[in-house]
Amino acid sequence: MYTQIERTANGLELTLRGAWRAANLAAIDAELASFDWGGAGTLVISGAEVELLDLSGAWRLRQLLQQAAAAGTQIEWRTPAPELLQLVEKTLSQGGPPVPPPSSESEFQPISALGEHVMVRVEDAKTGLDFIGRVAATSGKALASWRRLRPISVARHIYDTGITAVPIVSLIAFLITIIIAYISAEELRQFGAEIYVVDTVTIGVLRELGVLLTAIIVAGRSGSAFAAELGAMKLNEEVDALRASGVNPIEVLVLPRVTGLVIALPLLTVVADAIGLTAGAVLCYFLLDMPIVQYLTEMKSAIGPTTFWVGVIKAPVFALLIALSACYRGLQVRDSSRELGRLTTVAVVQSIFLVILADAIFAVVFWQLDI
Amino acid sequence: MMTAATTPANEVPAIEVRGLVNRFGRQVVHDGLDMTVHTGEVFGIVGGSGSGKSVLLRTILGLHRPQGGEVRLEGRQLNGLSERELHQFKARYGVTFQQGALFSSLTVIQNVQLPMLEHLRLTAPTRDALALLKIRLVGLAESDAYKYPSQLSGGMVKRAALARALALDPPLLFLDEPTSGLDPISAAAFDTLLMDLQQQLKLTVVMITHDLDTIFRTCNRVGVIVDRKMLTDTLAGIARNPHPWIQAYFHGERAERYGAQRGT
Repeated sequence: MYTQIERTANGLELTLRGAWRAANLAAIDAELASFDWGGAGTLVISGAEVELLDLSGAWRLRQLLQQAAAAGTQIEWRTPAPELLQLVEKTLSQGGPPVPPPSSESEFQPISALGEHVMVRVEDAKTGLDFIGRVAATSGKALASWRRLRPISVARHIYDTGITAVPIVSLIAFLITIIIAYISAEELRQFGAEIYVVDTVTIGVLRELGVLLTAIIVAGRSGSAFAAELGAMKLNEEVDALRASGVNPIEVLVLPRVTGLVIALPLLTVVADAIGLTAGAVLCYFLLDMPIVQYLTEMKSAIGPTTFWVGVIKAPVFALLIALSACYRGLQVRDSSRELGRLTTVAVVQSIFLVILADAIFAVVFWQLDI
Repeated sequence: MMTAATTPANEVPAIEVRGLVNRFGRQVVHDGLDMTVHTGEVFGIVGGSGSGKSVLLRTILGLHRPQGGEVRLEGRQLNGLSERELHQFKARYGVTFQQGALFSSLTVIQNVQLPMLEHLRLTAPTRDALALLKIRLVGLAESDAYKYPSQLSGGMVKRAALARALALDPPLLFLDEPTSGLDPISAAAFDTLLMDLQQQLKLTVVMITHDLDTIFRTCNRVGVIVDRKMLTDTLAGIARNPHPWIQAYFHGERAERYGAQRGT
């Protein structure tokens, strides 16, 4: 109902009507789709009945007129041609020729893709090493004075990454220990060796589970926070502002986070250990009817001189890996919010991977050292 | 340009704000603020920092619910609209934000197409052509269409934001500090572009601005937010208002220098 076309002796007479606006373009297209210009000598257009013509409508009208002209039709306006039509004409004729959109699909070339991938990885490893070097150099300088260690900032990060994480770390340590204890109790009961549930729980929690679980939770929790916070600061030009005021961003942003996490993670690990051992006691008491005193005695004999320290010593190393990779990825953010999301994901995935890799290396080293 | 566009008595004003109250905690930002914008005029909102210009804009756009008063856009009360009606109504106006607020992960042309995808059913070639038309209309080159916001200069960001605001051919345009951060030459070019578009597309424009040049060049009427209310008048009228802030604003050193240069 946007056009009315009549054939006259000379050719066609087109009356435009209704609202030629963006929202109606689909309907206008549908109406004009079946129309055939063939053989029409002249086209007389009347716009008197148009209720509304917006820029999109004018663009569609221009397209219509171009089609008609291409079919060799003479165009005459009965009413004055709309001003917007001229605006569209002017806009599209100015400002250079059309530019084809850059094609996003590149040809698939496996060899060069592999090569590029390797190069990107090598470059990434180099800049990562560069970052670690800078952090080491800056921390060397910062250690010279108490003020440059930024104790207040460090305290804030200990609070954010450590104290606020206590509830979730405790809950997960409790639940995982219950699961481990339950499964081992089921198995060991067949041999009448329920008492060794205590050894399994004690050694498992102290050497591996406590620290590994805590590190993974913290990597997800604080690693993502570090990367997102630094990334947003980077997008907001806050990092540039720091640099411009002669402040080293690594000193004020990265070092306090690294220091804070290196202090907080071992403490969290101790909490996770304590909760894990408590969970073991609870399960043994209710499921195996084992008195608490017996649990404690068995636990004491299971703990060797190094059992506890072998677990806790890993915590600062994991903390270093998490904080460094998260800060590094955060500071890599550039240009867009999509990068922020991508690099936050990379930060978390990478820090969890590094924690597990480091744990595997620790296991081999401790085995070789026979501790 | 300096004459106020008058709306006939029977015509509904484009925007009507009555007795608006906005409070944040104990801080009262607006207390019984009235504002009327007629169809087809360019209305400038002026006020000191923290006087609630942006809050007023957000309230009119339906992004902030006021504590009291009512907002009518084209005669329809905003608070009374359902979620769905409000969504449809958002196609009736275009907005540019202070920092541009272009979506940083999309190219310029994708930014312009986003409102079209949301509100219109168009084929991909039509959408591309219309987006490119809008991009050229605001004076950007077609090669800029495939750039990301981070690759654009400040002036280009403002223009791209304007192209996005015009994506749906809205009759109503809101601009938050359209020329802030631009050099005087780019700002003047932007003002000229805006006036051309306003006249050719018959837009109603509401803009927040601190730029006296922009006010003198573009606005039919000015609303000044002082003491939590709005004083509205033509440019010549408001400049005679005895309120100290208005006197300082229009007759301060900056403004006088401007007047002297213009020879008025």
